[in-house]
Amino acid sequence: MWQFFHKLGSPKWFFGIAARLMPWLLAGGILLLMAGIVWGLAFAPKDYLQGNSYRIIFIHVPTAFLAQSVYVMMAVAAVVTLVWRMKLADVFVKSVAPVGLVLTFLSLFTGAVWGKPTWGTWWVWDARLTSMLILLFLYGGVIALDRAINDEKSAARAVSVLVLVGVVNIPIIQYSVEWWNTLHQPSTFKLTEKPSMPAEMWVPLLLSVLGLYLLFGWLACLRMQTEILLREQRTRWVKDYVLVGRG
Amino acid sequence: MNADCRPTLTLRQDSVGALAAMQAVFTRDMKVAFRQRQDLLNPLLFFVMVVTLFPLGVSPEVSFLREAGAGILWVAALLSVLLSLDHLFRHDFDDGTLEQLVLQPQPLFLLVLAKTAAHWVLTGLPLVVLTPVLGVMVHLDGNSIGVLCLTLLIGTPVLSLIGSIGAALTLGLRSAGVLLSLLIIPLYIPVLIFGTGTVASAAEGAPVGAYLALMGAFLVLALTLAPFASAAALRISLSNG
Repeated sequence: MWQFFHKLGSPKWFFGIAARLMPWLLAGGILLLMAGIVWGLAFAPKDYLQGNSYRIIFIHVPTAFLAQSVYVMMAVAAVVTLVWRMKLADVFVKSVAPVGLVLTFLSLFTGAVWGKPTWGTWWVWDARLTSMLILLFLYGGVIALDRAINDEKSAARAVSVLVLVGVVNIPIIQYSVEWWNTLHQPSTFKLTEKPSMPAEMWVPLLLSVLGLYLLFGWLACLRMQTEILLREQRTRWVKDYVLVGRG
Repeated sequence: MNADCRPTLTLRQDSVGALAAMQAVFTRDMKVAFRQRQDLLNPLLFFVMVVTLFPLGVSPEVSFLREAGAGILWVAALLSVLLSLDHLFRHDFDDGTLEQLVLQPQPLFLLVLAKTAAHWVLTGLPLVVLTPVLGVMVHLDGNSIGVLCLTLLIGTPVLSLIGSIGAALTLGLRSAGVLLSLLIIPLYIPVLIFGTGTVASAAEGAPVGAYLALMGAFLVLALTLAPFASAAALRISLSNG
């Protein structure tokens, strides 16, 4: 266990593992996402109330789901950075923050597109939407702070503190639809209950959520690899890797 | 800055208790502030001016101002606290006092708490005192003004506490001012929502107890967690230099 933990701290070891994992992540992600989206868009039954317009759920929910859980992952990595000073954790935070920003934007955008036919408006200032917007700002703040500090180590630790402070927003997003009366419908998936939609709808949704997770894993590995190469550019193994073409 | 208007801090002895150290930090910050009175006035003037912009820029109609007044005052207060945050650690950072604070045997988060308390007394509290006057100018009724003052009284310390984290994180960075706003405004939004929500609820004659309790919860949460975060951020920023 401890040996694994130490290995995980080594950028070189992670670089190799990531290279081996990435084809699987990419293939699985594309496969699941395609299956979920094609099933959802073409074969899942119409909603009795919203007709075909509900089908954007197969893109909206995965992005919103990921947007939040990426932040939680970043928070876990932030704790690891602050407590154990593990290099990889801070590489992770730095690499996935822009991905989280894009996912949050996509979920807000698809939500707006969905809101127009169902609520009759692109945007309402309701709790769910506002807290997602705050999440977008938080991602922006994390990226801005990271870019503003030149020293790598200080940047990592400062960003970790900021990520942890911003974590208070996550439960607010999660429970906003239950705490306040809002336009936004409650969550589709809950750990303790069966989904309130029929299986023909939630199975493709689950597939696309899982697919996007895998795809995110691939993207995170790719970005982390790039960041590792940048940071370790003076080491021998990176020189070997670049010159010979293998790790 | 004139060197002799900044009294030095003397809490070198280990025998100085944490409370005495906090008191020393607090009184020193007050002294520094009162020797530079213009710095105290600036956020207040800013507050008044921002409030003035709305009747002139949007509409001087009584109905509009009555409806939007509480929000305008809250936003203006928020911005003026934000503006003053840059001073919270900056001067102490520049002249090295901050390093001495970090080296003290007393826990840093308590000293940070004392500095934040001084910041609130110097900016937040005057804003609350000024609010009734501006409340009358935006045609709020007496009850709303009372509730507004109460929410600002509970809310501005939260603003100072959360702000201290941002001020500590951005210490010594280029374009720290804008960055500070970017980091801190998202965290201010919940306080703003509940602050103005309380006044709106009071204007409708609904009970405000639940709202005030929630704001109190914000204050307790910020009071217990923010000093730790800003102390950690201060250590990071100092090791950065």
